[in-house]
Amino acid sequence: MGELRVSGAFDSYPGKGEFWDIGPTADRLRQEFPDAVLEVRDFRGERTVVVAREKLFEVLAFLRDDPETDFDFLTDVTAVHWPAREEPFDIVYHLYSMSRNRRLRVKCRVPDPPTVPSVVALWPTANWLERECYDMFGVTFEGHPDLRRILMPEDYEGWPLRKEFPLKC
Amino acid sequence: MGPSHPSTHGVLRLVLELEGEEVRSCKADIGYLHRGFEKIAENKTWQQFITWTDRMDYLAPASNNVAYVLAVEKLLGLDVPPRCKALRVVLCEMSRISAHLLWLGTHALDLGAATVFFYTFQQREILYDLYEKLTGARLTTSAQRIGGMSRDTPEGWLDEVREFTRQVVPVIDECERLLTRNRIWVERTRDIGVLSAEDAIAFGCTGPVLRGSGVEWDLRKAQPYLGYEQYDFEIPVGTVGDVYDRYLVRMEEMRQSVRIIEQALDNMPEGPINADAPKVVLPPKEKVLTSMEDLIHHFIILTEGIKPPVGEVYHAIEAPKGELGFYIVSDGANSAYRCRIRPAAFVNLQVIEKIAVGQMVPDVVGIIGSLDPVMGEVDR
Repeated sequence: MGELRVSGAFDSYPGKGEFWDIGPTADRLRQEFPDAVLEVRDFRGERTVVVAREKLFEVLAFLRDDPETDFDFLTDVTAVHWPAREEPFDIVYHLYSMSRNRRLRVKCRVPDPPTVPSVVALWPTANWLERECYDMFGVTFEGHPDLRRILMPEDYEGWPLRKEFPLKC
Repeated sequence: MGPSHPSTHGVLRLVLELEGEEVRSCKADIGYLHRGFEKIAENKTWQQFITWTDRMDYLAPASNNVAYVLAVEKLLGLDVPPRCKALRVVLCEMSRISAHLLWLGTHALDLGAATVFFYTFQQREILYDLYEKLTGARLTTSAQRIGGMSRDTPEGWLDEVREFTRQVVPVIDECERLLTRNRIWVERTRDIGVLSAEDAIAFGCTGPVLRGSGVEWDLRKAQPYLGYEQYDFEIPVGTVGDVYDRYLVRMEEMRQSVRIIEQALDNMPEGPINADAPKVVLPPKEKVLTSMEDLIHHFIILTEGIKPPVGEVYHAIEAPKGELGFYIVSDGANSAYRCRIRPAAFVNLQVIEKIAVGQMVPDVVGIIGSLDPVMGEVDR
């Protein structure tokens, strides 16, 4: 047979039974970025931290680089459209720390037209994830190396996952 | 290359810049399916969307169903009975074997080894028969319901699953004998498409693609769901991160799935398969015909659908391709306000733009296969 290691004890993963970062990270963020943390919300054992757009990149960079948080893995980037709101877009980041086995949801509310800094420099996987978010919601990720449609045709008009976009065209 | 090239596993188009036969740059052009599942989720009731999830990774529909219903159940704060959990484990692992068998057959075929294809598809036929007996469908096997399952197993079905597990392992061994030390196979897969562990994490890879690069990470172990912590199984990881390692990882994963299924069958709990949640789970038909209260629940669930509380959750499972997660936002209505599907295949595929560079054109065929992209999940 070839070169293969076989392992995987449950004990080798930290955080038995508690897989979301509902510990002191939010407090640390408040200390480090006093004006950035707008809201911390818990639901079904999951924690969401809402941060100000102006500090979004710095907060995410901190969460990635700080050894105590160590969110080295970007699971997902997406958006939610709330047309009736003054800031109608939530840009949602799902972070994961391999070393701590913890997840954290970071959100940022942005006005229309939606613009946030790209995090491709922090996590290369954000390249396609941000492109999909741009394609579906029209979110501009400033600093993205190649921001163009990814699933829809290049000449397509409209943003399919916005609420005003009809299911049938 | 593509989108209708036989080795691109669906409608994947790669724009390759070549010097001779060497790849100088690779850009993936995806999205030829244009299906809009996330939009559809906002326009269907919570239950209606279950059947749509079948069509994402259509090689493992049962695990897609499970991932979705687990997310909705988390939103509802609902726990399902032990028998339902064990049956879901069996179906998820059957899905993994089925998906890996198809990957193995087509991947080997891509690289010129046709015999393996016939072995694997013979086994998949048995799996499809089993799915058909349980759900009535061979491909779109939506047996899952929010809060349980559509029905319990038919008589003798679990014995047939056990029989399948007994006879599939020798077939996997036979495929390994055909490939693992085969000189042509080794030369076409070893040191091809090398993905380092650091890059695999940076690119968000999960599943066999991540594990092939030597990262011991599997959601069934790291963040167990459905009681996976009760099962004894191991996680195979590669050492180099090449096409060969990803092949070895999937081969061993099939054996580990067999182990899990056998344990689930040995300890299959008795009892109900549905949660005691009358406002979410349809009552048994005989009760609908005899009890006014159950008739009302039945009517409301089928006409209005369920209405979970306002909130948002993310739940992911270790699907055959990797982390399949559902981020769902509820505004209290009878359909999702937002249903984001975090697809493993979409994220894993991105890495091809990096690891194909410097390889030869025929090696790109092997790299595509080793990433196991299912375009239905790439373009939901």
